[in-house]
Amino acid sequence: MLIAVPADDKSIESKVCVSFGRAPYFLIYDTDSESGDYVVNSATASQGGAGIKAAQTVVDSKAAVLLTPRCGENAAEVISTAGIKMFKTSPDSIWDNIKAYKEGRLSPLEDIHPGFHGQGGR
Amino acid sequence: MKQLLILSGKGGTGKTTVAGAFIRLSQARAYADCDVDAPNLHLVMEQDSLPRRTDYYGLPEAQIDEQLCIECDLCRQYCRFDAIQAEPVYKVDHYACEGCGVCEYVCPVEAVSLQPAVAGELCLYHNDTVFSAAQLKMGSGTSGKLVTEVKKQMVAAATGADLAIIDGSPGIGCPVIASLSGVDMVLIVAEPSISGISDMERVIRTARQFRTRVAVCVNKYDTSPANSGKIAVFCELNDLPLLGFIPYDPEAVRAVNAARSIADIDCPSGRAVREVFDQTMTMLFDDSGRDIRIPGF
Amino acid sequence: MRIAVLSGKGGTGKTLVSVNLAAVAAAAYIDCDVEEPNGYLFFKPTEVAAEEVAVKIPVVDQGLCDGCRKCVDFCRFNALAYTDPKLMVFEAVCHPCGGCMLVCPLGAVTEKDKPIGMVERGVSDGVRVMTGIMNPGEASGIPIIRRLLADVPAGLTFIDCPPGSACIVMESVRDSDYCLLVAEPTIFGAHNLALVHELVQLFGKPHGAVLNKCLPGDNPSEKYCQDNGIEVLARIDYDQELGRLNSEARVAVRESAGYRAMFTSLLEAVREEVRHETAIDPQR
Repeated sequence: MLIAVPADDKSIESKVCVSFGRAPYFLIYDTDSESGDYVVNSATASQGGAGIKAAQTVVDSKAAVLLTPRCGENAAEVISTAGIKMFKTSPDSIWDNIKAYKEGRLSPLEDIHPGFHGQGGR
Repeated sequence: MKQLLILSGKGGTGKTTVAGAFIRLSQARAYADCDVDAPNLHLVMEQDSLPRRTDYYGLPEAQIDEQLCIECDLCRQYCRFDAIQAEPVYKVDHYACEGCGVCEYVCPVEAVSLQPAVAGELCLYHNDTVFSAAQLKMGSGTSGKLVTEVKKQMVAAATGADLAIIDGSPGIGCPVIASLSGVDMVLIVAEPSISGISDMERVIRTARQFRTRVAVCVNKYDTSPANSGKIAVFCELNDLPLLGFIPYDPEAVRAVNAARSIADIDCPSGRAVREVFDQTMTMLFDDSGRDIRIPGF
Repeated sequence: MRIAVLSGKGGTGKTLVSVNLAAVAAAAYIDCDVEEPNGYLFFKPTEVAAEEVAVKIPVVDQGLCDGCRKCVDFCRFNALAYTDPKLMVFEAVCHPCGGCMLVCPLGAVTEKDKPIGMVERGVSDGVRVMTGIMNPGEASGIPIIRRLLADVPAGLTFIDCPPGSACIVMESVRDSDYCLLVAEPTIFGAHNLALVHELVQLFGKPHGAVLNKCLPGDNPSEKYCQDNGIEVLARIDYDQELGRLNSEARVAVRESAGYRAMFTSLLEAVREEVRHETAIDPQR
């Protein structure tokens, strides 16, 4: 199964990125092979709709689960339409959060915020 | 870090004057001017050092290469923003261009391309306080994105600050919407005039779409006690905390023109703004979910 | 003859000046401050005809869509996302450019209207009043301003502009013949006057200033006008009575002969300036 996590750096020891839409990378971690790849998030350069573009990247990675501290309305709509489950991370490293997810210690992400840059929030 | 945004709907109600006073009174270590169109906060918040300036790139804009252009007129026909003029040569009106790329797509000879375009400048003053601001280049769009950059810049530089005060812009459009996201509380500075009340209602409607706490104060209240009363009634009917009344004060104009905050001098508006400030801080830092109100007008 | 009234800073008196000039001249009044329109509160127009303003946004026929993603990849605003089998459209993020519809090879993307506001046209005692109103929550009122200004009556028209100097102001000023800059005597006012001065020069518009709410003492806006060769057409002193009438949304020239006289002479000064400018540049 594939898990996506927004990452500041290409290192599993680094903290989970505080932003979803503007995270520089997504770690796509394979729980079966216990290895992962870092995908560049092209949404960082976007003027608007960054969350949507980042969500598209996650959908295209075929991840079944997304671990993230937060998510905007528009991105959340894309993620949930694709059937991907979202869980809320703690401010720890990516590795710690993946471990916590596997051990069932992470809660589903409930609070979805209105979009930044004036989009969403209707 | 708690973020307080000051809005008004109508221009000229005293947002920047109140924001300046709040910054002084709270000794906030982080503040921002999100009126990127016509920034004014720097005029009352003198800075000790020069800012770090960064170019802000808005949307890329279309350019037509005159040499390659065969004047087929397809670009002008397809442009939904009236951004292409045909006389004397085919040229893009860069004020109207929204960077959508349709002209580039329809051009049969690849004479149109989208190029990065500087749409403004970000400023960051960073001493013991962080002051983030920007100036949008005249006629540019993507003001919302620039507002987001101003806030991001402030947050990134102000680690450890527990309070940020944000001076917003007039209106209810893109820059206001962008400034609303992520703030903990909005204080509306209302003016007791028919226009002021109408504009206040529209900005409150916009702000409420964002589920942040909204409170109101009335500036220059004594210019119309009757209209101030109407605002009080409106707040009551709409569950909006009304945090205080500030009188019209010629001292305020003098203070502002001397680049000082009304909180720096002893004057009626300064004293009243102090009261509003106290009420605002109580509401902002109250995480109990209670509603704060002061007795009616 | 289109005269745009602008200020850079909000609350300086654009509406006061444009409403009263239109009233005293029995001219047309167009409110381009579509985010926060105020002129109609003064004029209280009757016989109002309202017209909805809409923009076109994409509509997807999911049955025709095969997930090729050309539209998703084309859209520079990231308003489209594809999650098999659904193509999603995010209306709030869309800048209606029509690109997705163009690039779709299967005709799966068409368009529908999304209302973003209104244009209202009415009359008030000899003044034709046209107001643009944007729906709260919309990001940009430019299409509404375009609709307003597509149909400007012949004869004298006063255009009440939004504050600032961003794209909506440009749109309001674009086809005007003369610009009246209203400034107040604070450093905020002078600073914003400078911005809007730059804008009118950029557009090559002849312009003059009205100094409003003048108080005794230094006037930074007056100084700016002096230093930059801007003709000051009138000085309106800070006047509590005028302020009161204005805050009650009353048209001052309809309330007193004194204000009628004051705005009549401003109107004459503006007419004279415009005549002078037209004589220099016969194309206008």
